[in-house]
Amino acid sequence: MYPARFDYVAPRSLEDAVEALAGGGDDAKVLAGGQSLIPLMKLRFAEPSLLVDINRIPGLDGIAEDGGRLRIGALVRHNDVVGSRLVADRLPVMAAAAPLISDPLVRNLGTVCGSLCHADPAGDWGSVMLALGAEVVARSPSGERTIPVSELLVDTFTTSLAPDEIVTEVRVPLPQRRSGGHYLKLERKVGDFATVGVAVQLELDDGRIGRAGIALTAVGPRNVTATEAERVLAGAEPGPDAFAEAGRLAADAAEPVDDVRGSARYKRAVVQTFVERALTRAHEIAGGSR
Amino acid sequence: MEVNVTVNGAQHRVDVEPRMLLVHMLRDRLRLTGTHVGCDTSGCGACTVLLDGTPVKSCTMLAVQADGRSVTTVEGLARDGQLHPIQEAFKEEHGLQCGFCTPGMMLAAAALLESNPDPGDEDIRWALSGNICRCTGYVNIVKAVRRAAGAMRQTATQAG
Ligand SMILES: Cc1cc2nc3c(=O)[nH]c(=O)nc-3n(C[C@H](O)[C@H](O)[C@H](O)COP(=O)(O)OP(=O)(O)OC[C@H]3O[C@@H](n4cnc5c(N)ncnc54)[C@H](O)[C@@H]3O)c2cc1C
Ligand code: FES
Ligand code: FES
Repeated sequence: MYPARFDYVAPRSLEDAVEALAGGGDDAKVLAGGQSLIPLMKLRFAEPSLLVDINRIPGLDGIAEDGGRLRIGALVRHNDVVGSRLVADRLPVMAAAAPLISDPLVRNLGTVCGSLCHADPAGDWGSVMLALGAEVVARSPSGERTIPVSELLVDTFTTSLAPDEIVTEVRVPLPQRRSGGHYLKLERKVGDFATVGVAVQLELDDGRIGRAGIALTAVGPRNVTATEAERVLAGAEPGPDAFAEAGRLAADAAEPVDDVRGSARYKRAVVQTFVERALTRAHEIAGGSR
Repeated sequence: MEVNVTVNGAQHRVDVEPRMLLVHMLRDRLRLTGTHVGCDTSGCGACTVLLDGTPVKSCTMLAVQADGRSVTTVEGLARDGQLHPIQEAFKEEHGLQCGFCTPGMMLAAAALLESNPDPGDEDIRWALSGNICRCTGYVNIVKAVRRAAGAMRQTATQAG
């Protein structure tokens, strides 16, 4: 299968890429890992007139700690996250999710930022970044702005990015207090998208729960934040009762549909169980059960 | 557009349309038909090649993206008429039946053994989990990779 015809540029600097994308109008698209865009172009679901390949731009491939946050550049591949010590030490929810994304071949090319820009409700990074309260940095000819991931993900395959904006990095706040996080994913086989995925982040404050982040994969038109569940956890005493209650509230927040991967009822039940389990694990990681 | 690419150690200059996929440039322009197209929808790994040593799906990459880079296909495994230890091991352990998945399997295995010369069965299964085989049931593929690892470690010790 061949994609429809398009023009292609591979600029060597971010400035040139921004200019090229803006010059290409509404039908120009950024090419990052290509692991979602190229399949869509082959099926002719996407027919961009211009591809701006950002893979030759230096300086976008780093994972770095900077002033209380982790900065993940636009060319950081899923597999770079799998291999990152920094991530393993500081953000267990990311470390748990990364090896579950797709298969090893796709992980070698697909990027974290590209996944967020793709806004697939079955994408795993969307939930992880919502649970962590992350934001992306977007660059356009009119300058730079930061967008919370909660505002970036608007609807299925729809973000709040303007056509001339390039995401240069995602910024994850590094938890200052005792914290833990976990990602659970039910998949039919390796490489499959989630039937259900659950991301949780738990921060402990003096024996109580400080901030809790909970977001769900593949059970709605976009990655769903379980706001009510987060709210009852904040300030609560961590433990089986609180976690079970959060599981019930998260199941209420889910909007699953029947499909080949399972019935809506089944998926809702998985959300409930996974949220409870993931919170329990996150609490252990945070040292809470000691 | 002109693509300058090293394939199996040889320099090539190929003029392609931007929409040409890497796998088609390899097969149709360079006549390296060892790289197979299985699903053509990014799901099977039959088209796996090494891009600067990293296994990727060549049906999910544009040929122009390979400009200035180095590609290894299954044709690049054998040296001077000698099968690569991985090829030898697939033959010995019956790591293939129809052979359709085999080029991709062997390249994914080659990348694994480059980074981990002594992988356990779980490591092997994990590294090959993007490559689908409809025939073998994988058991002999895993055996073959283990055997190749052993043979390559031995050669490395003798050489060292
Ligand atoms: C077989 C298969 C299985 C998969 N399984 C999973 C899975 O289990 N879980 C999962 O989460 N994902 C899965 N994916 C998707 C994969 O993770 C992709 O890598 C990811 O969704 C997109 O990232 P990319 O870098 O490849 O982006 P691309 O494909 O290059 O781009 C995707 C979209 O985002 C835009 N874009 C990309 N980068 C930027 C940027 N920096 N600024 C602005 N716009 C940008 C592009 O224009 C395009 O519209 C799978 C893919 C395949 C082929
Ligand atoms: S042919 Fe490329 S993944 Fe199947
Ligand atoms: S040997 Fe036939 S698909 Fe693997």
